[in-house]
Amino acid sequence: MKTIFEKSRPGRRAASLPCSRVDERFCQLSQLPPELRREKPAELPEVAEIDLVRHYTLLSRMNFGVDVGTYPLGSCTMKYNPKFTEWAARLPGFAGLHPLLPQLRRGGLLAQGALRVVYELEQLLKQITGMDAFTMQPLAGAHGELTGIMLMAAYHKDKGNQKSIVLVPDSAHGTNPASAAIAGYQVVTVPSKDGVMDPVAFKEKLNDEVAGVMMTNPNTLGLFNPHIAEITEAAHRADAIMYYDGANLNAIMGYAKPADLGFDIVHLNLHKTFGTPHGGGGPGAGPVGVVEKLMDYLPISRVEMRADGTLFLNYDHPNSIGYVAPFYGNFGVCLKAFAYILALGGEGLKEVSEDAVLAANYLRVKLGDKWEVAFNRPCMHEVVFSAEDKAADYGVSALDVAKALIDEGFHPPTVYFPLVVKESLMIEPTETEALENLDAFIAAMGRIADKAAGDPEALHAAPITTPVGRLDEVAAARHPVLKEPEDQGA
Amino acid sequence: MLAALGQGSVAELFEVIPERLRARAWDLPPGMSEPEVGQYLAKLAGLNAQDLVCFLGGGFYDHHIPAAVDALISRGEFYTAYTPYQAEMSQGTLQSIFEYQSAICRLTGLDAANASMYDGGTAIYEAAMMAVRKTKRKKLIVCTSVSPIYRIMLKSYTVNLHLELVEADLSDPSALQGLLDQDTAGLILQNPDFFGVLHDYAPHFEAVHAVKGLGILGCNPIALAVAKTPVEMGADIAVGEGQPLGLPLSFGGPYLGFMAAAEGLLRTMPGRIVGRAHDKEGRTGYCLTLQTREQHIRREKATSNICSNEALCALAAVIFLGLMGKQGLVELAELNMTQAAYARERLGAIPGVEAVDQGPWFNEFRVRLPIDARVAVSRMIDKGIAAGFPLGRYYPDQANNLLVAVTEKRSKEEIGYLAEGLEAVL
Ligand SMILES: Cc1ncc(COP(=O)(O)O)c(C=O)c1O
Repeated sequence: MKTIFEKSRPGRRAASLPCSRVDERFCQLSQLPPELRREKPAELPEVAEIDLVRHYTLLSRMNFGVDVGTYPLGSCTMKYNPKFTEWAARLPGFAGLHPLLPQLRRGGLLAQGALRVVYELEQLLKQITGMDAFTMQPLAGAHGELTGIMLMAAYHKDKGNQKSIVLVPDSAHGTNPASAAIAGYQVVTVPSKDGVMDPVAFKEKLNDEVAGVMMTNPNTLGLFNPHIAEITEAAHRADAIMYYDGANLNAIMGYAKPADLGFDIVHLNLHKTFGTPHGGGGPGAGPVGVVEKLMDYLPISRVEMRADGTLFLNYDHPNSIGYVAPFYGNFGVCLKAFAYILALGGEGLKEVSEDAVLAANYLRVKLGDKWEVAFNRPCMHEVVFSAEDKAADYGVSALDVAKALIDEGFHPPTVYFPLVVKESLMIEPTETEALENLDAFIAAMGRIADKAAGDPEALHAAPITTPVGRLDEVAAARHPVLKEPEDQGA
Repeated sequence: MLAALGQGSVAELFEVIPERLRARAWDLPPGMSEPEVGQYLAKLAGLNAQDLVCFLGGGFYDHHIPAAVDALISRGEFYTAYTPYQAEMSQGTLQSIFEYQSAICRLTGLDAANASMYDGGTAIYEAAMMAVRKTKRKKLIVCTSVSPIYRIMLKSYTVNLHLELVEADLSDPSALQGLLDQDTAGLILQNPDFFGVLHDYAPHFEAVHAVKGLGILGCNPIALAVAKTPVEMGADIAVGEGQPLGLPLSFGGPYLGFMAAAEGLLRTMPGRIVGRAHDKEGRTGYCLTLQTREQHIRREKATSNICSNEALCALAAVIFLGLMGKQGLVELAELNMTQAAYARERLGAIPGVEAVDQGPWFNEFRVRLPIDARVAVSRMIDKGIAAGFPLGRYYPDQANNLLVAVTEKRSKEEIGYLAEGLEAVL
């Protein structure tokens, strides 16, 4: 489809601006001297509102979201996002609120509603995870990880510990090692055994140099690590901090809390577990919770309660790591998650995890006839299959399977992650898919398995129902075209 | 379903969690219906000021958001999708990011933009780290007129990284002498600066290039419609907060960090990047590209840890820029400047109040009051006006200085109330 720049026609416009009504001479003041002015205007599109609305409406029709169909993208928890939370985030009392207002003297009194959202959400997340305090500042999961590692560093610095290593299991999400590395740590990978981090291998890597350990439990294979207590106890003996990647919290709500499992820091992906939409790649929110020994280091400001019950921003935490975001996090996202948690309540959240785990196990068993499960034992909220046999027998890769699923009307699972399984297909159905949708997915996967044996060429050619077929990504990376050339639509 | 699993109850599926580690307490409130949650949240929203006339800025502005922005980003096909890993069914997200990248390049004049960063502050930090990686040097020089909020963020992020962070007033490029050296990775400036003043930083960037460091410019995207571009000043990387481009203030987020850089820096850039591609039949499409920079491929060797970004905010921004258009964005920028110029004259006419800077300004400026600006602002709140941001909070030597932002939404009458109100409380 043509770009919005190609649809540009000189002189067209959609902008509707108020009239200034101040004296003409002030307009003169808005004319910059030549040395401060850009040479020519930016070549933005010249379109009428109808042109623009049709353009983006048509583009939206070339997109697939949870609102369109089943989206079992493993690790991403693509559950349905209730609409009323969108409504809440657009209430003018929230959407119009300037973040600097509570930093004015007496301004905090004019932001009590927003501060209450932050405060109450913190209490709820504490209860859900068992942590002692939360910051809402981190703006996504990976940003929460970076914040967590910074907290870890502050703790060790305070104690005079010289530690330079962060351990991560080989099944970890890429953001875990990346976050540790950009925070200045050396990353050491611990191998898994039978799908989970092996406590023996772990103890071999554990020494006084280890500042912390990043894990998610259940891990990215959907498997709960039963040795978790042994691991956290060993880590704590070495004064290492246990970090919990909360991307997989959807599996355990009401059944286990990261704090009880021995973790010291946790980030949550509100856009996964707590039903806030993924936005085509964000915005998310990655609040970070800590146990008491790390509380002093949390970012400032923190929302605290005065004796009279009013809330205020406390910047007076001298051991704090500082600011990780300009204000109080992705407030709009936090607000949607707050609405979601209020609606579901304790029982509802527990049911979320039960249904998510049930759905994943249903797929594990039902798909098991035709597909090879990486670790065939009860899983938690997601299950990983391998197309290695199909690749060996018929030359059909995990990528082919993914593309064939597109033609079947499904978003494919995550492929080629986790790295510990060859030709992996990581499926996370979530709790919001009804049985008939799971059955339809199983049927589609069955047809694909049959086709792999009977007509593998058809799978190599997939998808055929989409506006474009498989794109030549190698050529795209070799000769990157990352923008519309300037002469286009100028 | 349980029958299919040969299981008696759902609880059995959780038996892998050792008994002694199970959650003991689960003291969460009972669930609520949609109308009940709605009422509660509407009540909380009502506890926030709703009719305050806003002259607060500091990098975050009360601009008008055309209705079409929300109508389009509210389409479920866009906002309930995730990162476009499966290009064939994500052409909507991918093409709109490509258009967003194109628009950011056209605004900044630079060669390549990424798909978004979390916000303006993390974008500055990521740009600083790009300079460190590219030059393999350790020193970052930051002007004190860069947002103090972002400077605190930069300090927080880099404290353990063995870097040297130097802050100085660099309004005059000669202040750079003695700071620039063979260990300088980058120079970070902001235009308009935190006080709303527009600059030509060409001499600064020339000086940093002379020692082979990189020039980083933080920009206001609406000011870019009229102001000298980063590329015209010689900057290598442009970053900024995209909130003015159609995003609500929303108490601090979600916002949008934008980033564009010169061609030679492409492979050190953080974040998602979308490129144009073709299928076997020669049809044009879009896909994530240059992914070997990223965490899901490179893990601990990635250029950044960013994964989820602010895609929907970038979509809002490109829609906003399309709605404003080539001419409209210039008019919007000039209207902001006009209203601000009027406000400056009105406030400057109050006895005891004086302008601090020489200008020229964009849509924000500082005035010196005869009393502590914090006191003046708190008195103005009673009049239903957020009169501006008292600078003493971040600049202790500027206790009487007030930073006033005026967007196209502030009418002549509202500016009049501000001036009259301020005169009365001084
Ligand atoms: C296991 C895991 N950890 C961390 C992340 C990073 O979260 P975010 O994308 O919000 O930064 C993800 C998300 O993709 C994930 O699946």
